[in-house]
Amino acid sequence: MKIHATDRNGKQHELEGRDGWTVMEILRDGGLDVSAECGGACACATCHIYVAEGWYQKLTPPSEAEIDMLDMALAVEPTSRLSCQITCAPELDGLTVTVAPE
Amino acid sequence: MTTKVETDVAIVGAGPVGLFAVFELGLLDLKAHLVDILDRPGGQCTELYPEKPIYDIPGLPIVTGQELTDKLMEQIKPFGAQFHLGQMASALHREADGRWRLTTDTGTEIVAHVVIIAAGGGSFVPKRPPIAGIEAYEGKSVHYAVRKMESFKGKDILIAGGGDSALDWTINLAPLAKSLTLVHHRDGFRAAQHSVNKMRELVDEGKVKFHVASVKELHGTDGALEAVTLAGADKKEWTHATNAFLPFFGLTIKLGPIAEFGLNLHENLIQVDTARFESETPGIFAIGDINTYPGKLKLILCGFHEAALAAQAAFHICRPNEKLRFQYTTSSSNLQKKLGVA
Repeated sequence: MKIHATDRNGKQHELEGRDGWTVMEILRDGGLDVSAECGGACACATCHIYVAEGWYQKLTPPSEAEIDMLDMALAVEPTSRLSCQITCAPELDGLTVTVAPE
Repeated sequence: MTTKVETDVAIVGAGPVGLFAVFELGLLDLKAHLVDILDRPGGQCTELYPEKPIYDIPGLPIVTGQELTDKLMEQIKPFGAQFHLGQMASALHREADGRWRLTTDTGTEIVAHVVIIAAGGGSFVPKRPPIAGIEAYEGKSVHYAVRKMESFKGKDILIAGGGDSALDWTINLAPLAKSLTLVHHRDGFRAAQHSVNKMRELVDEGKVKFHVASVKELHGTDGALEAVTLAGADKKEWTHATNAFLPFFGLTIKLGPIAEFGLNLHENLIQVDTARFESETPGIFAIGDINTYPGKLKLILCGFHEAALAAQAAFHICRPNEKLRFQYTTSSSNLQKKLGVA
């Protein structure tokens, strides 16, 4: 599956997703500047992304813990997610996201 | 107030690796002082994932960040390390006698033969909202913490955020503010429920205003804030008069003053050798996530190994005329005495 990601400089990247990996891990593996300080424990909100309209609704909805942790993210928008909480799967082929500012 | 202390080793960072360094130094009779910007030991383990299980600590199939910290604190108890918490290591200078003087932002000075930097990713500092020009207002009318409540008396305060800090300060500052407005991106809060209830009471009583909104722009001159532009959920923008803005979005990790210590950095990491874990500056060591070397893995267990080897090297600097005799805790009555078990 492919993930289309826009970094903080507006540059677009096409990344290869891996089943079972989180989108945060794929972004970091692809060299994008996602600090993900807590390492994917849904505890820091530093892997904040915006999911493209259309794709947001196709994702498994955020957990209570993720919604709470988004309170610690900056510049939250209606399609904000924490990328460590989205797991790659074949049906997400083409997922389009933008790394949020920090 | 300046506190000046002398010791064998100053450790920057009281995370798991800094704590274990105390143990390895202690076995060699080296005394340590630790500095950490957080107000309790544990570093990322207690700040970011106190409740999350860690599965790759040798011998502990499952342990949470808090449990690991507690166990390390118990393990190093015999060595009486001194903690300087809530302080940021801000400067490092060489003394005339060759020792190092580590200074903190609250004025503590630690003079030591060796400095071990175990600072992880750096210091936990407040997150700064991505609003253009906010730096100019910081410390004047934009504050990430409340040091003196009195200084907010009679102000038109704007608080942003939905966590405990945002809600607690909304509740505490409302009685002395001229007006207090809370903005958050949703009408829901991660803060403790009783704080949320209290805040809603204050809103109902007209003592606090709450908007689902975010701050887009700041307006003012010379750091004196006059108004902000707020944007609601429907993207509609309006101007809101305020002279004190307090954004509370938790903490993030920045390298901070360590970048100014004059050490050889590679992508914000301190380059070390793998025999001693010493930087290119003799007497300054770096262990844990803050260092880099070929094959480096950012794992707590690797930091423990680095602490052990750095302690051995530190001994030779602190005790140049003494011979280091390597001993095992299993068989050495001398070590067991130090540990208080013999």
